[in-house]
Amino acid sequence: MTTHILAIDDSRTIRSLLTMTLEDAGFSVTTAVDGVDGINKFKETDADLVITDVNMPNKDGFGVIEDIRGGDKNRGVPVLVLTTESGAALKERARKAGATGWIVKPFDDDSLVSVIRRLTGA
Amino acid sequence: MPEQADTTQNKKLEFVTLVAGGQNFCIEITQIREIRRWTPVTILPHSPDHVLGVINLRGAVIPIIDLAAKLGFEKITPTERHVIIITAIDEMIIGLLVESVSEILGVNSDMVRETPRGPEDATTRAILGVIAVDDEMTKVINLSTLMPKQDQVAA
Amino acid sequence: MAQESSILDTFFEECEDLIVALTEGLEEMRDGNADDETVNAVFRAVHSIKGAAGAFALDELVGFAHKFETVLDELRSHKLTADDGLLRTLQRAGDILADLVDDARDQRPANRDVVDPVLAELQGFLGPEEEAPAEEFVFEALSLGFDDDDDEGGYIVSFTPGAEFYATGNDPALIISALKELGKASVTVDTTGLPTEFADFQWDKGYLTWTVEITGLMTDLPIHEVFQFVDDICALSITPLDAGPPAIDLPDIAEPDPTSPARPEPIAAVAPPPEAIEATPAPAPKKEETERPAKKAASTLRVDPERVDRLINAVGELIINQSVISQRLQEAALPNSSEIFADLDDYKLLAREIQEGVMAIRAQPVKPLFQRMMRIAREASDATGKDVEVVTEGEATEVDKTVVERLADPLTHMIRNAIDHGIETPEKRVAAGKSRQGKLRLSASQRAGSIVIEIADDGAGLNRLRIRDIAIEKGLIASDAVLTDQEIDHLLFAPGFSTAAEVTNLSGRGVGMDVVKTAITALGGRIAISTVPGEGTTFSITLPLTLAVMDGMIITVGGQTMVVPISSILETVRPSPGDLSKLGLKSELLRIRGEYVPIIDLAEQLGQPPSDKTMAERVLLLIQTEAIAQCAIAVDDIFDQRQVVVKSMHNNYGDIEGVSGATILGDGKIALIIDPDAIASGPAVAPQLTQLPEGDLSHARAS
Repeated sequence: MTTHILAIDDSRTIRSLLTMTLEDAGFSVTTAVDGVDGINKFKETDADLVITDVNMPNKDGFGVIEDIRGGDKNRGVPVLVLTTESGAALKERARKAGATGWIVKPFDDDSLVSVIRRLTGA
Repeated sequence: MPEQADTTQNKKLEFVTLVAGGQNFCIEITQIREIRRWTPVTILPHSPDHVLGVINLRGAVIPIIDLAAKLGFEKITPTERHVIIITAIDEMIIGLLVESVSEILGVNSDMVRETPRGPEDATTRAILGVIAVDDEMTKVINLSTLMPKQDQVAA
Repeated sequence: MAQESSILDTFFEECEDLIVALTEGLEEMRDGNADDETVNAVFRAVHSIKGAAGAFALDELVGFAHKFETVLDELRSHKLTADDGLLRTLQRAGDILADLVDDARDQRPANRDVVDPVLAELQGFLGPEEEAPAEEFVFEALSLGFDDDDDEGGYIVSFTPGAEFYATGNDPALIISALKELGKASVTVDTTGLPTEFADFQWDKGYLTWTVEITGLMTDLPIHEVFQFVDDICALSITPLDAGPPAIDLPDIAEPDPTSPARPEPIAAVAPPPEAIEATPAPAPKKEETERPAKKAASTLRVDPERVDRLINAVGELIINQSVISQRLQEAALPNSSEIFADLDDYKLLAREIQEGVMAIRAQPVKPLFQRMMRIAREASDATGKDVEVVTEGEATEVDKTVVERLADPLTHMIRNAIDHGIETPEKRVAAGKSRQGKLRLSASQRAGSIVIEIADDGAGLNRLRIRDIAIEKGLIASDAVLTDQEIDHLLFAPGFSTAAEVTNLSGRGVGMDVVKTAITALGGRIAISTVPGEGTTFSITLPLTLAVMDGMIITVGGQTMVVPISSILETVRPSPGDLSKLGLKSELLRIRGEYVPIIDLAEQLGQPPSDKTMAERVLLLIQTEAIAQCAIAVDDIFDQRQVVVKSMHNNYGDIEGVSGATILGDGKIALIIDPDAIASGPAVAPQLTQLPEGDLSHARAS
C-alpha cells in the first residue's frame, strides 16, 4: 500500500517541490494551500503523515496540528513541521503544538524522505 | 458579485454610488481599486466611442471608459471635476469615467432586487439588479459587461 | 489543475535538460570521445526520466526508458560493446525517448509503429530472454551489514516512551524497525510498569521500556538520527556494547530473557522479568534501495517565474523612473557643471546593469531547442528517404525563455518543410551535379539587440513559377499581377498558401507558413526568405533579445507621441519636394537612390484626421517589411531614440490594429508602440483587396 502524505504549504513552489520529491520516493501526495484547506483535506483523505508549513494564511501550521491532535480522526498521525526557523525555540514550540518532528527549509530531499520512511514505517 | 437572487445567504454588501448620464448607479466596493480625478488620456486608434483612451496607473496601462456613453447616454466631456473609478474584475483593470461619486451604501444582499423586466437597452444589459434606498433607486453595475475585451469578442 | 500541471511542467523542464545530457553523451559516444563516465551520464539521464515518469504514470515512457536503461547498463558494465550497430540503436532510442517525452507532454499516444521496432532492436542486444532489471542487483552492496560480522561493536538502546512521545504522533514500533535496519538487532520490552488492572490502562502512558541491542554498528550517530525528534521525551539511553557475552539473537519475537546481565534496567525491575511481546506489529518491510543518480554538478536555483516577472516589471519601472528624473533635471535648467549629471549617468549605468542582469535570468541557450530540431530533421530525412546532414551553429546563443518555447513549433514546421520540399532526393542531387547528401544548417547569433536564427538548406531553391501559379489558382493574386521575386517568395506566408501540390504526411499537417509567420510576429520578430535557384533557400528569423524592453524612436503624429521600434527602421528621411511624386489622386511615392517607395500615412492608418502638414514638411521612416520590400511611413516629427519598457495592452484592453503595445514615457504619459508591419499592410492601403487579408500585394497590383 502506498504511503499517503498530506503536504500543506501556501507556496506553490514548495508544494511542487514537495510533491516531486515525495512522489519520486514512491509516496502519494495530497496538497493543501493553507491551514483551513489542510484540515479539510485531512478530514477527507487518509494521510499516513502530514507535512505542514508554519506561516500560512487562514490558519497557521501549529493551528493545523492542534486541530489534528484535538480531532476524532487519526489524531496520532505523525506531523512534520516545515519551517525556516531552527533551534531550541522551534523544537519547543513544535513539540508543544504536538508536532512529531520538524524539517528546516530548504530541505534536503534525501533526508526528508528518510525521515518520512522512518515515521511511517514505509 | 452580489447575489441578488440568494435570499438564504443574507450578506452585508457595500456599494459605492455614482452618477453617470444623470442617473444613479452603484458598484460593489470590493471591485473598486481606487477613485481618482480625471487626467488626460492617450487616445487609442480604432477604438469605439465610449473608450476614451489609456492612462498610466503606477506603471500599468489602464483603459478608461466613458460609463455614460457605454450605457447609451450622451458622451461626457471630461473636466478636472470628473472622476475615474478604477475597477478590477477577473484580473482585468479598467477605469470608468463618471460625473461624480456620492457615498458608500451598506445594504443586505436581499435588498438587491432583480432588474424589473422591460425593453432591453444598453443600460439594462449592463446592470445586475436594483437597490431601493428610501425613495431613491440605484442600479448595480455588472462590470464584466463593460470590459473592452468583451466588446472585441462580441464584435 | 493548475497545480498538477505546474509539477508536470517541472518534470518536462527537467526532461528537457536530461534529453540534452543524453544527446550530448550519445554524440560523444558516436564520435568516439566517450569514457565510462559518459556512459554513466547517459544511463543516469535515462534512469531519471524513467523514475520521474513513473511518478506521473507515464507508462509508455517508463516502459521504453526501462529497456533503454537496461541496454545502457549492460554497456556500462562492459557486457556489451559500443559497436556501430549498438550506437545507431542508442541514437535512435534517444530520439524515441525524446519523442515519447513530447508525446507525454502533449498527451498524445505514442506512435507504436515507430517505437516498437526500436524496442525490438534494444531487446536484440539483450538476448531473447528479458534479463533482470538492472537495479535489482546493482545496489546490493548498499544494504547495511545484515550478514556482516557481528563482532564490530554495537550499542544497547533503551527508551521509555512517555505521554508526550505518544501525543506527538510517534510510534515505538517504527522506532524499533528503524533501529533494526541499522544492524543485527534484538528487542526486549519491560512491562513492569503496566498497571495491574486493565481499567487503569491509558494508552498514552509510558508503561513500557524497550531495549534494543544492535550489533555490527561502529558509531551511535545513526541511532541518534532515529531518535532525532524524540531524544528528550522518551528517557533515552544509548550505551556501547562492550566485550560482554553476545546477546541472544531474537530476530522478531523477543523471548523472556532473564539471563542477560549486560542489559541495563532503566526502570527498577521490582517483580517479574521482562516479558516478551512482539516487538514489531508487522515484519519490517524489505529494505528497498532506490538508486539516487549523482546530482548534476552545475548548481541551479529554482525560482517561480512569477517572481522573475515581478522583478522584470520593477526594473522596468526603475528605467522609466530614471528617464523621468533625467527629464526633470533637464527642465530644471541646472548649470552644466552640476555634479548631479555625472551622478545621473552612474544611475543610468546601474539601472541598465540591473536590467541586463534580470533579463539574463530569463535567458536560455537555444541548444535544447536546436537538439530537438536535429531530431526532427533526422526523422524527416528518414521519412522522406533523403540523406541530410544537419549542422548547428551558435547553440550557446541565449534567448528569452518564452521565445525559446514559442519557437519550437515554427522551427519544426520550417525544418520539415526544408527537408520535404527544399532538399532534393539523392538521385536528383546527383543529376544536378551536387553531393548526394543534402545539408541543412540551423544557426543562431546575436546581432545588435536582436537574435537572428537561420535555417538554410542547399536544396533546389524556391520554384517561383510554381508559387506564382498556385497563388493565382488560389486567388491570392491577379493572373496579370507584376511581382518582384521577393514578393513572389513572400507569397509563401500568405494565409491559405501551401507549396506542396499534394499534402505530404510529413509537412502537410494543416499548417502553412502563414502560421509560422504569425508565431514569429507574435514574438515581435520578423521572418525573411532568400533563395537562389539550384543552390538553396535561407529563412532568417529576427527576434528581439527580450520581450520586455526595446529600442524605440520617439515620434509624434497628430499631436500624439508614439514609439516605432528601431529594429524595423532602415533610415529616416526628411524629404525635399523633389523626392516626392504623386501616384494617382492621393498616394505619394518617395524616390530614394533611384527607387520608388510607397509612402504610408501613419495618421491615416491610425484613423486620425488628415494632417495639415504637406508630405515635404513631414519625416519619413524608411522601413523594411515582410510583405513589401520597403515602404516609408510618414510621421509629423521624430525625436530621440531611447530604450522603452514594453507594456502589453492585451490583458486590460485587447489587441489594437497597428499597435503592438504601449510604453510609459519620462513624463508619465503613455505612448503607443507602433507595429510597422501591420501599418504597412493596413486596410487603408488596399481596401479593395478584401480577399487578401493583409493586403500585402496592393502596390504590386497597382504598378
